[in-house]
Amino acid sequence: MTINFFDNDLTSLHEQLINKDITAVDLAQSTLDNIDKTDDKLNAFITTNPEEALVQAKKIDEQSDFTNILSGLPVALKDNLATNGIQTTGASRILENFKPVYDATVVDKLNTVGAISVGKTNMDEFAMGGSTETSYYKTTTNAWDQTKVPGGSSGGSAAAVAGGLVPFALGSDTGGSIRQPAAFNGIVGLKPTYGRVSRWGLFAMASSLDQVGPFTRTVKDNALVLNTIAGFDAKDSTSSTREVPDFTSKLTGDVKGLKIAVPKEYFGEGIDPKVAKTVKAAIAQLEALGAIVDEVSLPHTKYGVAAYYIIMSSEASSNLQRYDGVRYGFRADDVKNLEDLYIKTRSEGFGDEVKRRIMLGTFSLSAGAYDAFFKKAAKIRTLLIEDFNKVFADYDVIVGPTAPTVAYGLGEEIDDPTAMYLADVLTIPVNLAGLPGLSVNAGFVDGLPVGLQIIGKPFDEATVYQTGYAFEQASRLFEQLPDIAKQY
Amino acid sequence: MSETTISQQEVAHVASLAKLAFNDSDLKQFTTQLDSILNIFETLGEVNTEDVEPTYSVTENVNHLREDVADNWHQKQALLKNAPLEAADLIKVPAILDGEGE
Repeated sequence: MTINFFDNDLTSLHEQLINKDITAVDLAQSTLDNIDKTDDKLNAFITTNPEEALVQAKKIDEQSDFTNILSGLPVALKDNLATNGIQTTGASRILENFKPVYDATVVDKLNTVGAISVGKTNMDEFAMGGSTETSYYKTTTNAWDQTKVPGGSSGGSAAAVAGGLVPFALGSDTGGSIRQPAAFNGIVGLKPTYGRVSRWGLFAMASSLDQVGPFTRTVKDNALVLNTIAGFDAKDSTSSTREVPDFTSKLTGDVKGLKIAVPKEYFGEGIDPKVAKTVKAAIAQLEALGAIVDEVSLPHTKYGVAAYYIIMSSEASSNLQRYDGVRYGFRADDVKNLEDLYIKTRSEGFGDEVKRRIMLGTFSLSAGAYDAFFKKAAKIRTLLIEDFNKVFADYDVIVGPTAPTVAYGLGEEIDDPTAMYLADVLTIPVNLAGLPGLSVNAGFVDGLPVGLQIIGKPFDEATVYQTGYAFEQASRLFEQLPDIAKQY
Repeated sequence: MSETTISQQEVAHVASLAKLAFNDSDLKQFTTQLDSILNIFETLGEVNTEDVEPTYSVTENVNHLREDVADNWHQKQALLKNAPLEAADLIKVPAILDGEGE
């Protein structure tokens, strides 16, 4: 039997497992069948591990312990999450054939509750990009239109969920890498508050910005996954010791009296008017449900891109020093000496986007530029945080578009790094301030999904989900399926 | 566009700091691209930040300290499997100076 993930949310799959209507092996086999049927079009996976997945599923069936909602459910993992003994490349040539000797904390948590990892998803190389086109290995396509990009950097995880290959997936978000691909594929993606989820075993790109988060088809599913992966981890000193609440606690559909702020800057220059119109209609729907909606200002928004790309590239240039060809991964041939080994390995092992960011970061941290670039950006970061604090003194959530446009054509933007960077304007302030941010489908423009972004106070994911759930249940947009769903 | 922020010579210097090498045409392209990105970075100069403290992290935590006990260290063979070249239970790398062979 093949189980369709479009018709079954996590709760429904969980109940069927408990009632023994289906088995974990059925679910794992369905996922593998789905991958066979559609992944030649989506190219969402770099690595699949069918044998291990089926062995693991059989074990879960034998134990028959389906206590956790995710027990026995298949999951796809972004290829920058360390998986013990399973190739993890970060979509980079420099980690070709690298097999970690440990599991990332989030992977360990999923394994512990009996979720079944079926494979590692494609992404921009080391999560640097917004279209998954900087991957060394393959080009992933959008679940709604295979001539369009899936967004990025977690494009493979987003396409795998939106295409119905898996019921849920994990990604990482440093400047929008969960929310923007979720928006481009019409699904739900959350970047949790900085510190909510352990980063241990996530390949570090920019350590003060990175967070792991879930991709799902519905808001409730998303909250259920966060319930399992959140929490303090002694291995990540930036993970929070705060108690993890039940993130589904406010999913009532009620937003009466909820105070929603709409920043005027999020509808400014560069935002596609059709996207703006769709998002405004979604906000009007929230207002019709009883929320109080006001326009506000986040005056430093336009400086976010510059501040982000300085801070992110500086941290990345430092983090990526570890890739030198000595201990693991790719090593260049024909080298004269150790210095030459480093230079040749890095020059042949990294792609252009990674090199660009290492260069920007190295420059921003260099003696002559440190004050004018790195330190200046860190001060702008303070101003961006203060903007948010002022608004959150009076409002519960901030809403706007997730991305300025819908998904664009494959190959259309990749040669213009400046344009690619500017397209992150709506997602990066959230990372700089460490806030939780959710993207839910707001509707369609020319057949392509538009993202509604909901930003919350630190550690208030529950209210962010509450808002997203109310809109989702009122609009029921998740019932619309991409054509690729007909292939199952 | 304003005057150039970074020269080809400076880009070559930054590349050497980052342990990257570029051929002439790549160096030219990177210089053009980096220059246009640095122009965006320079817009930050418009903002007066004289009395603003920098933010380097948004974590609420101070430091997590643990007992000074060795933990999770016994993985030498597993780690060596990932090394591109090993010899005698060690990772093998080329000599630091030219011409010092095996």
